[in-house]
Amino acid sequence: MNKFTTLSGIAAPLPLINIDTDMIIPKQFLKTIKRSGLGVNLFDEMRYDDDRNEIPDFVLNKPQYRDAQIIVAGDNFGCGSSREHAPWAIADFGITCVIAPSFADIFYSNCFKNGILPIALPQEQVDVLMKDAEKGANARIEIDLEAQTITSSDGEVFTFEVDAFKKHCLMNGLDDIGLTMEKAASIDSFEASASQARPWV
Amino acid sequence: MSPKTLYDKIWDAHVAHEADDGTCLLYIDRHLVHEVTSPQAFEGLRMTGRTVRAPDKTIAVPDHNVPTTLDRANASTMTEDSRIQVEALDTNAKEFGLHYYPVSDVRQGIVHIVGPEQGWTLPGMTVVCGDSHTATHGAFGALAHGIGTSEVEHVLATQTLIQKKSKNFKVEITGKLTTGVTAKDITMHVIGQTGTAGGTGYVIEYCGEAIRDLSMEGRMTVCNMAIEGGARAGLIAPDEKTFEYCMGRPHAPKGAQWEAALAWWKTLYSDDDAHWDKVLTIDAADIAPSVTWGTSPEDVLPITAAVPAATDFKGGKVDAAKRSIDYMGLTEGMALTDIEIDTVFIGSCTNGRIEDLRAAAAILKGKKIKDGMRAMIVPGSGLVRAQAEEEGLADIFKDAGFEWRLAGCSMCLAMNPDQLAPGERCAATSNRNFEGRQGRGGRTHLMSPAMAAAAAITGRLTDVREMM
Repeated sequence: MNKFTTLSGIAAPLPLINIDTDMIIPKQFLKTIKRSGLGVNLFDEMRYDDDRNEIPDFVLNKPQYRDAQIIVAGDNFGCGSSREHAPWAIADFGITCVIAPSFADIFYSNCFKNGILPIALPQEQVDVLMKDAEKGANARIEIDLEAQTITSSDGEVFTFEVDAFKKHCLMNGLDDIGLTMEKAASIDSFEASASQARPWV
Repeated sequence: MSPKTLYDKIWDAHVAHEADDGTCLLYIDRHLVHEVTSPQAFEGLRMTGRTVRAPDKTIAVPDHNVPTTLDRANASTMTEDSRIQVEALDTNAKEFGLHYYPVSDVRQGIVHIVGPEQGWTLPGMTVVCGDSHTATHGAFGALAHGIGTSEVEHVLATQTLIQKKSKNFKVEITGKLTTGVTAKDITMHVIGQTGTAGGTGYVIEYCGEAIRDLSMEGRMTVCNMAIEGGARAGLIAPDEKTFEYCMGRPHAPKGAQWEAALAWWKTLYSDDDAHWDKVLTIDAADIAPSVTWGTSPEDVLPITAAVPAATDFKGGKVDAAKRSIDYMGLTEGMALTDIEIDTVFIGSCTNGRIEDLRAAAAILKGKKIKDGMRAMIVPGSGLVRAQAEEEGLADIFKDAGFEWRLAGCSMCLAMNPDQLAPGERCAATSNRNFEGRQGRGGRTHLMSPAMAAAAAITGRLTDVREMM
């Protein structure tokens, strides 16, 4: 997994609440058996018309946001389906940070497995960053995971919360299956005692 | 001992390791696998030389992609990429030695219907699947939730999940439901109250007289949509109905093991003085047959209501409501019963069980669907389909003008050929009304099977109580 330490990038504003994973990556793109190549279909139905032409008004089609590395969005980002194709598509497009007032649970977890940092901030701070994002390529937002800070283009600094274990894995690009396998003895002994207590399982 | 909720009890019984910061390895008793969210996970195992730690606890069934038309044995009914995905599941199930129900097996169906039906899902278990509607299994008092593909790989390799504990949310439905109101209306009404983020960070336990009165099938419908309220999982404490449902199922314990299991299951309830982080109490009498008008499952109203005005809302919901009303092609203030539909879909892991089909048949018996209506019933499993045929329900559906399909997820998420065309409007018993969910430009109104059946007859959203 790619490491995430610091990021200075352009943020694309998506001021919508309840952006669901069907919007992020529609179902026809779930028929892949790979993790890669989904960036071109990120937000597909909002991004392209019926003839596969780009819809110029959609934020990621605007010249100043084509290289965006951050999304600033409304409440409950990533709700709906558990499809990890959503963070795969986001990462494949080149976005490694999403900022919103809140995230849906499964999407939030999925981000950390794919080198993406989801940051939940109070609505009023998201509002400041949304305005910043609307400035386009002239405004770069800085993120420092170690320090847990976001700096707006005007120099305003916000701090954010992140689970210590998730932070550690993301900063070091760690494969958490490998980490869990180091605890195999605990799993073995749990399994042995559980199979005594609940043999029907 | 300090008092505990049902969630606390199941959690505590499954912690295999706890780090100093509270990060736990939660042991997983049942891992359900389908073809869409698993190929990359199996590939990951191969690339790292890992294997499936507990194939005996891993159950695979294809459901999302599979055609539901009667000719599906013919490979040409599937697109090439769907076929590859189903084949990948075939290969992975065989190579890793999983329990498997292929498309050709009469027990095949939607993973969340097959699990309980076969007795894989039992009280007090931890159940995961790479699918958000895993919440369904909470109806048994099992801690069940959806996971992403990386977590699928993690569970395959280690039979555990890295988790931190959620908070406890009690949703109590007091009193009795009124005529025409079903489990679907309960679960939609709750989401209408909490919003789609109201459950984020929580595990919901549904309780109260109206929940106790529900059958196991109704309880599965309620828990199924816990995820639509943002919750990690939904739970209902097991009781005699649960035990009766489980007894004799192919993979339920037998004999002395059944007795031992039963003794433990009977301890699985929230203690009277357990701590709740959040409580919502709803009087069952206040729940009406409900429908969604917008593009979020929280856009719920009683069928007697009118399409709201965007300005009725606050904050970000004003723009969201505007967008929804526009996408749905509605006018603010129009009666919901004036909304005309052209498609009806009865099925899905929310409402594809035998009782759902009985409820629809009760409305459709001796009636015809409106001319030009496209209507399909997609049973949740091959066994549900067989039972419906035995009970004569299939004949009622066919006589009414419904297509009678084979089992699968079908038009709930439209990954197979069952899709809406742009602008088509569907009365659906599924769980999501997102933009494009049932096909690009398609418009979805969620409701109960009885309400969907009523709409098929009249051609518009209809208060089913007028037909009872």
